[in-house]
Amino acid sequence: MNNADELMTSHRQSVLRWQRWQDFFFEKTTLVFAMSTLVALTGIIVSLFVSSLPVLETFGLKFFYTVEWDIINSQFGGLIAIFGTVVTATIAIVIALPLSFGIAVFLTETCPMSLRRPLGTAIELLAAVPSIIYGMFGLFIFAPLFAEYVQPSLAATVGQLPVIGILFTGAFNGIGILAAGLILAMMILPFIASVMRDVFEIVPPILKESAYGIGCTTWEVVTKIVLPYTKTGVVGGVMLGLGRALGETMAVTFVIGNAHKLSPSLFSPGNSIASTLANEFGEAEPGLHYSSLFALALALFVITLVVLSLAKWMLLRAEAKKGLKT
Amino acid sequence: MLKIKTWVAALGLSAIAMSAMAAEITGAGATFPFPIYAKWAEAYKAKSGNSMNYQSIGSSGGIKQIKAKTVDFGATDAPVSFADLEKDGLVQFPAIIGGVVPVANIEGIKPGQLKLTGELLADVFAGVIPKWNDKRIADMNPGVALPDTAITVVHRADGSGTTAVFTDYLAKVNANWKSTVGAGAAVKWPAASSVGGKGNEGVAANVSRIKNSIGYVEYAYAKKNNMTHINLRNQAGQFVAPDDETFAAASASTDWAKVPGMGIYLTNAPGAKSWPITGASFILMYKDPANKANAAEVIKFFDFAFKEGKKMAVDLEYVPMPDATTDFIRKNVWNQIKAK
Repeated sequence: MNNADELMTSHRQSVLRWQRWQDFFFEKTTLVFAMSTLVALTGIIVSLFVSSLPVLETFGLKFFYTVEWDIINSQFGGLIAIFGTVVTATIAIVIALPLSFGIAVFLTETCPMSLRRPLGTAIELLAAVPSIIYGMFGLFIFAPLFAEYVQPSLAATVGQLPVIGILFTGAFNGIGILAAGLILAMMILPFIASVMRDVFEIVPPILKESAYGIGCTTWEVVTKIVLPYTKTGVVGGVMLGLGRALGETMAVTFVIGNAHKLSPSLFSPGNSIASTLANEFGEAEPGLHYSSLFALALALFVITLVVLSLAKWMLLRAEAKKGLKT
Repeated sequence: MLKIKTWVAALGLSAIAMSAMAAEITGAGATFPFPIYAKWAEAYKAKSGNSMNYQSIGSSGGIKQIKAKTVDFGATDAPVSFADLEKDGLVQFPAIIGGVVPVANIEGIKPGQLKLTGELLADVFAGVIPKWNDKRIADMNPGVALPDTAITVVHRADGSGTTAVFTDYLAKVNANWKSTVGAGAAVKWPAASSVGGKGNEGVAANVSRIKNSIGYVEYAYAKKNNMTHINLRNQAGQFVAPDDETFAAASASTDWAKVPGMGIYLTNAPGAKSWPITGASFILMYKDPANKANAAEVIKFFDFAFKEGKKMAVDLEYVPMPDATTDFIRKNVWNQIKAK
């Protein structure tokens, strides 16, 4: 009897010991996995910074707000590319945000059941199209149509307005900042729409039904119940889209025009950070040119970081406000 | 199960044995000669069983790779200076010749109908001549109806040997271009209305699409896409059209022995029939290569290409090196390489 008990206890202890080891190893292994992302991130920042040091030493912070980009005379300023990146991404978000909001609301609130699945799948498929396809579509199909029909009519209408008219002037080339922004909008639309749809779907039906029960319209339900409930997810989806728009390379390279020129008109060709890197890395001589491309990459990294931090900060502030109210 | 394993092992072993038997040489660099190098490699493999693997990563990339000794030969469109060759213990020889062609898209103008001098061409690309019906263009082309429209300049967005050859020509014939822009694989394009295209195909696509534009592409692209080429006045004062004959004339009038390292741009070549924007693509090798067997194989490959690859070159709209030049290369360049 005693013997059997002892056996049991010792067996139990060994099992426990084994399980403790297992837990310990599991925890440490996952810790290593998690740390590897941190290591990669630090590695990227450090290598970007080290490689861009020569250009930062030569031009200082001036690099980030001057427009000169002369490879032969070794004069480098990144403003044109930074400007192009920010402006195209902004155009993309301004267009894609309301559209994808509409898509998500339609799919979750008003869409007939039979249409939900095909439409949802179509949006997900759109998100899976490789960016080079968007680029080729943009250059060979979208740009000619854009130059033939859209640009002349834009110039004839909004182009005539005071102040903002200057945005829609210039030659109708079909490619340029605006075309790149539109292609980007098309690319990020499915990302934002599918995230929004997913988060809209998790709103507890009881909340929505109560709202409908007291006589709210669909619009009221969406703005007063669904959006506040899913705010974090929506902002997350928008940030995902914005992140993709900022870093998108191939599609933008095809349609942005790749000219190192700063112009107030959205019709004129420009350049983004990603397209400059794609175009020039292959032939960049070691030295200032090479280093300035790294400095541009660093700028892109910082822009993305700022955008993400802003989003987080906005969310935190919104949360804090909510705390004050109650 | 065991049987399958044995089979797999046997296959694997035989694959290793095969690859050990067949030599494989690697090269990297210029994109301009890539189609012909690939064609030669295919023919060479069929004949000798040895393969040549060429990566078209761009001329600067080719120079970088050979200096890093990751490849058996590097390829560049912009020749390396003799001083730099000597410093790194490299030799250089031209392998193939091609032409760069200015192309335009103007309504009603047919290929070869428009004529320009190099001086005017540079002014168009510099934006000094902003419209097609400019007096200087009109004077040169009596009877051609030129539209009163702004010119859009299309250039390469990526660094390129094609750009190096083209801007070298513009800088040779136009002092203003030389002082304000210069020559190189990527320059600061001064024209107010300019668009960059990625690769020759990008420039070709943009010129075909954008009305009243002008750009420059390798001859094969102009011919393949049926683009409106512009005839140019060469150094001898003759107007010439771009084709195999005028490219060959430009290379024939070049004395390769004159320049140590053979680093010559064939632009603005003398001779009544010479096309003024002709360029050669160069191969870089070490005099004392680390892998001597592979270096010998590279020489064999180009020897084969020079002897038997001429028709393939012509088919792809290139100009093969003249026999006199290849003899010169055999006797004066390859003999410097310590290959096994």
